Amino acid sequence: MSADHLGQLRREGRIVIVGASLAGLRAAETLRAEGFAGELTLIGDEPYEPYDRPPLSKSVLLGKASPHRTDLPHRREIDAKWRLGVAATGLDLSAKRVRLADGDEVEYDRLLIATGVRARPWFKEDEARLDGVCLLRTRDDADDLYQRLKAGPRRVFIIGAGFAGSEVASACREMGIPVTVAERAGAPLVGALGGVIGAVATGLQTENGVDLRTHVTVTGLEGDATGRVRAVHLSDESVVEADVVVVSLGSMRNTEWLNGSGLGAGPRGIACDAGCRAFDFRGIVTDDVFVAGDVARSPHALFGYQFLSLEHWGNAVAQAQTAAHNMICDGADRRPHLWMPAFWSSMFGVNIKSVGVPPMGEQIMITQGSLAERRFVGVYGYKGRIIAAVSFDNTRWLEFYQRQIERGAPFPVEFPTVDRRPEGRPVDADFPDPSLPTHGPMITLSGYSPADQQLVFHPARH
Amino acid sequence: MRLVVDLNKCQGYAQCAFLAPDVFAMHGEESLIYNPHAPEEQRERLARAVAACPVQAITADGLEGLGERGTGSAQEAHDVR
Ligand SMILES: Cc1cc2nc3c(=O)[nH]c(=O)nc-3n(C[C@H](O)[C@H](O)[C@H](O)COP(=O)(O)OP(=O)(O)OC[C@H]3O[C@@H](n4cnc5c(N)ncnc54)[C@H](O)[C@@H]3O)c2cc1C
Ligand code: SF4
Repeated sequence: MSADHLGQLRREGRIVIVGASLAGLRAAETLRAEGFAGELTLIGDEPYEPYDRPPLSKSVLLGKASPHRTDLPHRREIDAKWRLGVAATGLDLSAKRVRLADGDEVEYDRLLIATGVRARPWFKEDEARLDGVCLLRTRDDADDLYQRLKAGPRRVFIIGAGFAGSEVASACREMGIPVTVAERAGAPLVGALGGVIGAVATGLQTENGVDLRTHVTVTGLEGDATGRVRAVHLSDESVVEADVVVVSLGSMRNTEWLNGSGLGAGPRGIACDAGCRAFDFRGIVTDDVFVAGDVARSPHALFGYQFLSLEHWGNAVAQAQTAAHNMICDGADRRPHLWMPAFWSSMFGVNIKSVGVPPMGEQIMITQGSLAERRFVGVYGYKGRIIAAVSFDNTRWLEFYQRQIERGAPFPVEFPTVDRRPEGRPVDADFPDPSLPTHGPMITLSGYSPADQQLVFHPARH
Repeated sequence: MRLVVDLNKCQGYAQCAFLAPDVFAMHGEESLIYNPHAPEEQRERLARAVAACPVQAITADGLEGLGERGTGSAQEAHDVR
């Protein structure tokens, strides 16, 4: 783009951001911080200003925060036109126009797509509609779930023992509510952290009084005559009575509104290049459509240029900032999104953090502390180098391991570490077969193709 | 006042929980639990916590007028690079 053209874009261009949550807000702030003076529009289908989601399964369920009071602080004035409570329903790439649910159309010079993900609902629709069957993604979901927990249910049943399900189980136990957790895999958190760490998570749940059922699937939800859920049926033919069921089966990417647009968008997200520019369905990069946050899948140099989808708070922030910067810059000034994946969770009073991409790990070794004490650092190896690390109540060491991942340091770890125990030998990290998805791994590795292979292209009908 | 803690950065040092115990609390050994909406009377304390966090993990807005100490969010804005 000529300098003239770019100057004009920065002065009086029109930038539209679809998805008014964490990534959308941080992108808007960055655009203004970097001098974008044109017209900025944020479109969000939720009727709320951007709010933070991680507290919804933590401080909110613990009664330490109100579900309707987790609004994100603004880092600066963004002077934007907000279109809240209205969904984007279509995109016309050649006319550079976003269609809205209310019939309106908004034109752009640059578009950022940050539509995130939504909770995967229970697959049998009539059962999903039963009163007491809950999801947890939005503040309204959190409000509803919190009210139900406060009412003192006889038992809460959680389908799926990923991070979200486990956090809800933890909150229930803290409130003294009996809780059953069902997981298709052999342990909680295995999709994200593997079986070695999954075994620790199992101990954590059972010792805190969770009735944990693994290697089972839920086959049906049973309602009573008034349409309230009353029992859960499992594949081992057991039946568990419960009056709240939390469906925690991972997420679905909000890309349906892009069907027929010609963008490389599908069930696995929207593919973009390292500069956050979206690919079209042919695998050709666009130059005016950018992607950030949970909905994006982007290649990462540290991890073999495989496309990664990261449902991580920190990724949404970092990618939004990079996308925004690149939206108003020329080639040489653009930056790649090379964020080191980092994630945290907390459950049963334990702080769990990871850096890198654990699911790529073939082996794991406990370099510090001990699994039995639930205070340790585990390092994951892939093809002879360190690819990720996880800590349970041992945050302070993670930054060190982050540097090791960046350097491509060798695995097994050769350097001596503080508090190394005899158990610190490499063992199989024990991830489940990736073709049998567990309940919502927070990192999805999705191969090398910018076009979504599960996607069939349907040309738009005009 | 709205606030958010970047818990990837947070090291669980608990300075914030010491300075503004009604907003921040440790949960277990090193997990931080906080209220993302601090009531007005917590303004001073919140500003102190923002300034004291050794890794600048806390971003808050609405702290204007408290001079130097209220700049947690402004610092964050420079973090962009
Ligand atoms: C309960 C819970 C706990 C979490 N805990 C952690 C944690 O401990 N650590 C961590 O790292 N991450 C955690 N996360 C994940 C983190 O919140 C996400 O990574 C983050 O919200 C991603 O931000 P985003 O802006 O990309 O997407 P989202 O927050 O999903 O926002 C997308 C927005 O776009 C809107 N939208 C969708 N389609 C359209 C459309 N067609 N038109 C207009 N608007 C649309 C959506 O309604 C939504 O408001 C948690 C998430 C949840 C739900
Ligand atoms: S002061 Fe900062 S690092 Fe320490 S617990 Fe609070 S937010 Fe975390």
